[in-house]
Amino acid sequence: MGEEARKQQIKGSISRISGPLVVASGMAGASMYDVVRVGDLGLVGEIIELKGDNAFIQVYEETSGLKPKEPVISTGAPLSVELGPGLIEQFFDGVQRPLKIIESEAQSPYITRGIDVPALDRRKQWEFIPKVQVGELVSSGDVLGVVQETVLVEHRIMVPIGIEGRVKSIKEGKNTVEEVIAEVEGKEGNVYKITMMQRWPVRFPKPVAKRLNPEVPLLTGQRVLDMFFPVSRGGTACVPGPFGSGKTVIQHQLAKWADAEIVVYVGCGERGNEMTDVLLEFPQLPDPRSGQPLMKRTVLIANTSNMPVAAREASVYTAITIAEYYRDMGYSVALMADSTSRWAEALREISGRLEEMPGEEGYPAYLGTRLASFYERAGRCVCLGEDGREGAISVIGAVSPPGGDLSEPVSQNTLRVTKVFWGLDASLAYQRHFPAINWLNSYSLYTDVLGEYWDERYDGEWSSQRTEAMSLLEEEAQLLEIVRLVGIDALSREERLILETAKSIREDFLHQNAFHEIDTYASMDKQFKMLRNILTFHRTAMDALKRGADIKKLFELPVREEIARMRYIAEENLESLDQLETEIRSQINKIIPTGGDNYAA
Amino acid sequence: MLPKEYRTITDLSGPLMVVEKTIDVRYDELVEISLSNGEKRRGRVLEISTDRALVQVFEGTTGIDLESTKVRFMGKVLMIPVSKDILGRIFNGRGEPIDDGPAIIPEKHLDINGYPINPYSRDYPSEFIQTGISTIDGMNPIVRGQKLPIFSGSGMPHNKIAAQIARQATVLGTGEAFAVVFAAMGITFEEASFFMDDLRRTGAIDRAVMFLNLADDPAIERITTPRLALTCAEYLAFELDMHVLVILTDMTNYCEALREISAARKEVPGRRGYPGYLYTDLATMYERAGRLRGYTGSITQLPILTMPEDDITHPIPDLTGYITEGQIILNRGLHRRGIYPPVDVLPSLSRLKDKGIGKGKTREDHADLLNQLFAAYARGKEAKELATILGEGALTENDKAFADFADKFEDKYVRQGEYEDRSILETLELGWELLAPLPLTELKRVRDEYIEKYLKPKRQDSQSQDERVIEVG
Repeated sequence: MGEEARKQQIKGSISRISGPLVVASGMAGASMYDVVRVGDLGLVGEIIELKGDNAFIQVYEETSGLKPKEPVISTGAPLSVELGPGLIEQFFDGVQRPLKIIESEAQSPYITRGIDVPALDRRKQWEFIPKVQVGELVSSGDVLGVVQETVLVEHRIMVPIGIEGRVKSIKEGKNTVEEVIAEVEGKEGNVYKITMMQRWPVRFPKPVAKRLNPEVPLLTGQRVLDMFFPVSRGGTACVPGPFGSGKTVIQHQLAKWADAEIVVYVGCGERGNEMTDVLLEFPQLPDPRSGQPLMKRTVLIANTSNMPVAAREASVYTAITIAEYYRDMGYSVALMADSTSRWAEALREISGRLEEMPGEEGYPAYLGTRLASFYERAGRCVCLGEDGREGAISVIGAVSPPGGDLSEPVSQNTLRVTKVFWGLDASLAYQRHFPAINWLNSYSLYTDVLGEYWDERYDGEWSSQRTEAMSLLEEEAQLLEIVRLVGIDALSREERLILETAKSIREDFLHQNAFHEIDTYASMDKQFKMLRNILTFHRTAMDALKRGADIKKLFELPVREEIARMRYIAEENLESLDQLETEIRSQINKIIPTGGDNYAA
Repeated sequence: MLPKEYRTITDLSGPLMVVEKTIDVRYDELVEISLSNGEKRRGRVLEISTDRALVQVFEGTTGIDLESTKVRFMGKVLMIPVSKDILGRIFNGRGEPIDDGPAIIPEKHLDINGYPINPYSRDYPSEFIQTGISTIDGMNPIVRGQKLPIFSGSGMPHNKIAAQIARQATVLGTGEAFAVVFAAMGITFEEASFFMDDLRRTGAIDRAVMFLNLADDPAIERITTPRLALTCAEYLAFELDMHVLVILTDMTNYCEALREISAARKEVPGRRGYPGYLYTDLATMYERAGRLRGYTGSITQLPILTMPEDDITHPIPDLTGYITEGQIILNRGLHRRGIYPPVDVLPSLSRLKDKGIGKGKTREDHADLLNQLFAAYARGKEAKELATILGEGALTENDKAFADFADKFEDKYVRQGEYEDRSILETLELGWELLAPLPLTELKRVRDEYIEKYLKPKRQDSQSQDERVIEVG
């Protein structure tokens, strides 16, 4: 406490201002990454470099109008977020200020400066239900009690990190986040007063008991992702693509349909209207599993492209710290960051103002380590606490490479640390093939482990179906090359069929309309049966061809149109997909010439 | 009290000037520079340390000397005086009237940098704007509050298209207050007078505000011009409840001015010498488009930029595309073939279209039809490419039908007159007409009920006219 009081006194003055970077002198004794208040307006900033008694500060608000000699006061604490009930359904800026409160404080639709509002509502009362009794021994991470935060989320109040001892008192009933709900007596007889709210510095990962390998799929309802390039709970994925290729639509689709219990969505340096879209749409959309509005499990963080650039740098840390907090409760959390390139650009801008030696394309040399340490905060783990509960954070980061060129530093450094790569392709987007994920160059390193998971549930057929479909697409690419050179007539009838099937996989399976009420989400059952039907057609037709069936008749079978419309079959009528499989066989069998077992090419 | 006057300029370089021994100078403050010949110029503080200020001079440093030039720091950021009388007026790139009219009697002064809109306070744009141009209305519909740039190249008719949009843009079923704010950055006198004449001829000048920085005006002034225009637009939209269309042309010149300053400051350059903060800088302007909850007005932005060498991966179009909500791309091939407007439909995109079209906005079938037209046109272009390599004979019947479609699409749908104002219903019907000859099994993007309702009638028409299509179907 004495230490903090001493730091509180550190008061310097501005000596230089250059955009979001402010240099203050007389700051001896301050620590790196301490939060400071800058100028008469008290703008929020963070110390990012110390030289002698000069502190280099990145300011999270617009610096226009500041002048030299104005005061700079250190708060003595690093940039932290408030963690407690009331986070879900909130809409924060990059440094965790609730945008709704900013609007009412500023009394304007514009973000004015120097507004100091707490992240969590101090007046709201939460019904606290204890899970431990007086006299019990507790340690860090143990659940003291629960609060029903929203209909979907039971918020578990945990013993903060570093506290261990015997419960001396516990207070059931309505409490605000600042009221003491429990007292824990430590070994030396000291008493810790515990509230429902904790703080945690954003740049430090929250500790876990044990890290685990990701083995369970994170279902997204998107066919190309779940079936071809699956991501696991606790996994990391990146979505690079040029503008207009549908990065944001994919991120939104994941935020809507991923079967995570908590979703943290951070709009980092992107468009304001996109965040508004999420904000207006999520309270309306029902979660496919619970039927409750999606917003009831979502935390939104926005630093749009016109908001101060330094706060953009902080926003991804704010987001992942909130994600870690819910993971610690034992939840599966999905974090979508759109876009990490804007975050990297914020690093570059600040680095440039610090006059650091630039690395590739002006980005700082530490870009790679920063990106890696961010993605490394994802993962599946055993949480702290004696019940050994498991939690997971899956991170899906969008990357916006200039000109769609993946050789640039942000893409390259991201690819090195993420396990799943969903490569977006501008030419697919031009054809309006969405999601515009290129099936030839995308990959998932979780395919093997998740294949085992699904094979157990689909009689060992999941992996073989996936492999068959992938190799058909691969063959298609080669055949198309031949067609381009010598024309379609050079292909055999079997090869023509392969082309047709691959086209069917592309158009009837991989293509998915995010804006169609049924097509937007497909369960694994539906996905599996759809692909099975396409492959059944292929195998039966191949057989029929060999027995002399006419290829033109095959392609004109009415059942082909039904295959094309499988995507519009609602989840309740999936048995009609089974009927379709029977129908496919019977229609094809009808066109095999009688007695025609002989190969008639 | 008059602000203190300095005669302590120590460095002059390009558009930048260093003033020393300064006291109490604020970051971003407005600066007034008095030359020995009595001329006054303005600038702003780019960087400030305890006793030294780096100043960017808007009108350039030509003629400034170290001895006799006097500098005053005005204690406030650059403001623009506004009132409803700005409508119908023409200003230069610094915001001074150049139309021989009286000075503006200000109702208030506004900070030209504005403030970021709180994303919580935004309202999602969803009102369809009918521009009367099929490739926009039918394929890439604009909504109120959207920012949709035109990516063009030198020598292409982007100005004509922008003028046509400004002339024809209406929202279905309304007759609300509408204004055009026009900011010209480094365009030629001819281009500027084309806009002025067009606005005058249609009488639209009375509801327009123009800011002109022409090619021979100081380049540095271009940094300010679009901000002045957007500040006026915000005033008109959110204080006078108007629907404002902002045309910014040419953004390429703006970015070059920004690069000039960055180079003069010896900053670490990003791609192609543009500063690393180009994205953020452009965003602070483009993001000023939008709608606000509880306000009637709206700002729709139509920035125009010429892509150097028609290269869409150049940093200017690239970063713009990442910020704006789609893009309209013009195609030189179409232009050469005499097709106006030469909108390249495939790479063009309007991101906000989904909320602006459909039942109650345009028509229920709009989204499906749009997707189908895209897919069919893409396939037709592919087939035509194949035909140029291998000859028509290599095409299947279906491919031939699509190749045929692509030609008709360009000729009938894309092509239209400069003064032809097609209603959205005309555009939609035209789309179905073009799709009619295609085989039904290939139309996978459209719901069955729409095929029944909209396509079948057209099919009967076209089949009675043309026997040939029966084989294809």
